[in-house]
Amino acid sequence: MHTRSNRRFQIFGNAVMLVLSFNVLVPMLLMVSSSFTDNDVLVRKGYSFIPGKFSTYAYQYIFTSGNSILNAYGVSILLTIAGTVLGLSITTLFAYALSRKFVPGRGILTFIVFFTMLFNGGLVPTYINYTNVFGIKNTFMALLLPGLLMNGFHVLLMKSYFVAGIPDEIMDAAYIDGASETRAFFGIALPLAKPIIATIGLFIGIGYWNDWMNGYIYLTKRTDLYSIQNLLNRMMQNIQFLAQNSTSIVNAGQGLANIPSVSIRMAMAVVGVLPILVVYPFVQSNFVKGITLGGVKG
Amino acid sequence: MCMGAQGQGLLQKEKEHKKKIRRRNLKRSLPIYLMALPGLTYLIINNYMPMPGIILAFKNYSAKLGIYGSPWAGFRNFKYLFATRDAFVITRNTICYNLAFIVVNTVLSIFVAIILSELTTRVKTFYQSVILLPYLLSAVIVSYLVYAFLSPENGYVNNSVLAALGKGPVSWYQEKNCWPLILIFVNSWKGVGYTCIIYLATIISFDRTLYEAAAIDGATRRQQIMKITIPLLKSTIIMMVLLAVGRIFYSDFGLFYQVPQNSGALFSVTNTIDTYVYRGLLELGDMTMSAAAGVYQSIVGFALVLGANLLVRKIDSDSALF
Repeated sequence: MHTRSNRRFQIFGNAVMLVLSFNVLVPMLLMVSSSFTDNDVLVRKGYSFIPGKFSTYAYQYIFTSGNSILNAYGVSILLTIAGTVLGLSITTLFAYALSRKFVPGRGILTFIVFFTMLFNGGLVPTYINYTNVFGIKNTFMALLLPGLLMNGFHVLLMKSYFVAGIPDEIMDAAYIDGASETRAFFGIALPLAKPIIATIGLFIGIGYWNDWMNGYIYLTKRTDLYSIQNLLNRMMQNIQFLAQNSTSIVNAGQGLANIPSVSIRMAMAVVGVLPILVVYPFVQSNFVKGITLGGVKG
Repeated sequence: MCMGAQGQGLLQKEKEHKKKIRRRNLKRSLPIYLMALPGLTYLIINNYMPMPGIILAFKNYSAKLGIYGSPWAGFRNFKYLFATRDAFVITRNTICYNLAFIVVNTVLSIFVAIILSELTTRVKTFYQSVILLPYLLSAVIVSYLVYAFLSPENGYVNNSVLAALGKGPVSWYQEKNCWPLILIFVNSWKGVGYTCIIYLATIISFDRTLYEAAAIDGATRRQQIMKITIPLLKSTIIMMVLLAVGRIFYSDFGLFYQVPQNSGALFSVTNTIDTYVYRGLLELGDMTMSAAAGVYQSIVGFALVLGANLLVRKIDSDSALF
């Protein structure tokens, strides 16, 4: 009886999970299949799961015509690499510094980090600060600096890893052998902290790749600095703008001829998620580890 | 003479020794401070320098005079803000959506986590990976996915589903009655994989012998779940919910701004404090009103985070943020 109830549960559980997984994948399938469908078919019949007429035109258009798409892709890649390297470096160094018990003022420093998690000035003062004081509006720095480079939560997460994961005995042994602080950091602490460094790096990297707000807020003129997310966003807005403001059908038709067609829209979205989909299987376990680590602390 | 010289020599040595230690301590801490410097600088620029800027909400801002030079306005900006209907709408939307998200996501995550923990197939890591995937997509991409279904001209729902049912097309981005459900669905679609992992990790850490003993006593799978798993999960659930309640005054800007395509017809059901602040600042140019809403959020949010954490600390000090 017991095994039968178990078997029934297994069937039920698998069924539920299959439905949920399907539910997650369906929108992505719709996106991919539509991107491979001939544009005219899409205009007539709308997005669908089975390409009425297979076509790779959308991708050809994206990758051949010297348009802003490749440029935006380049910006996204550069931004993600620069942001992750820089952000991970300052996070790791800061976290390590906070983990060293003998340093005077350690408590104050930790509180300075912690307080940023409780209170913030909000969007308006931040915007004024970055535009008026630092003048980063319409520069690459506007994508890199605001908000994403380092956050208090990551620093404290990494700090507790350094405290708990690296035994004092090992560090003491290194000091007795005459290792300097820098030497101890690079030679011992850093290699031991590899898992957390990989996890935090992943979080920072995904944050940069997915960010659209910085570009949306700070890039008012330099559309050449648009990341792929900003470009996608701008495209969608153009479509909305035309849909809402066209008084006559003729106008709408003229406008729509100038913006990427129905299939290219979806192809661009595919290109935008592609790096995440490619990297995901390899980083998935690291990501899960990071969530459980941080999850305990909310 | 001879002794004195020796004593002086000893004293000298001791002094030198102390100096050495002090120098070594300084030498030891100096690199540590240097390591902290870049991160500290960033926090000052990104987090601390904007903080005094909240006084903007109490000023009659003029761009020429800057935040600090502008004349004081007292609470006038807040008076204006709360005299509008917007204040009520954005507060209601922010809180009600968050409450709905908390309830729906908690129930769904626990349900999925329990199923995953009980499954014996190796496919379960696959399931887990799949449902986590949407968490990694940007709000812009999610808005495209939603658009593929709901676009009035090309959307799947209008062209395939409603057409097959013989119904006419719906302008989804004008239909405000549907959006609370759509947003709750999209939020769960994106977030359940994440919270589910936290619950799953907790369930896995439970003592398996409890289940074995129950099984020997003839408890069915369902009884085991109801009588062992859920009671044991209680403290984690309370903690997660409290922490979420602490953030009830903040909303996912991307979800409320991107997914409804910033459509004006939907503002009454999609406008939250975050989208209101954004629109005030960059679309309407009403900086002081926007700043007032921002301060309202910062201060109430701060109080809520503190309160929630105090409660969490009372229940389980390890789970509290502080």
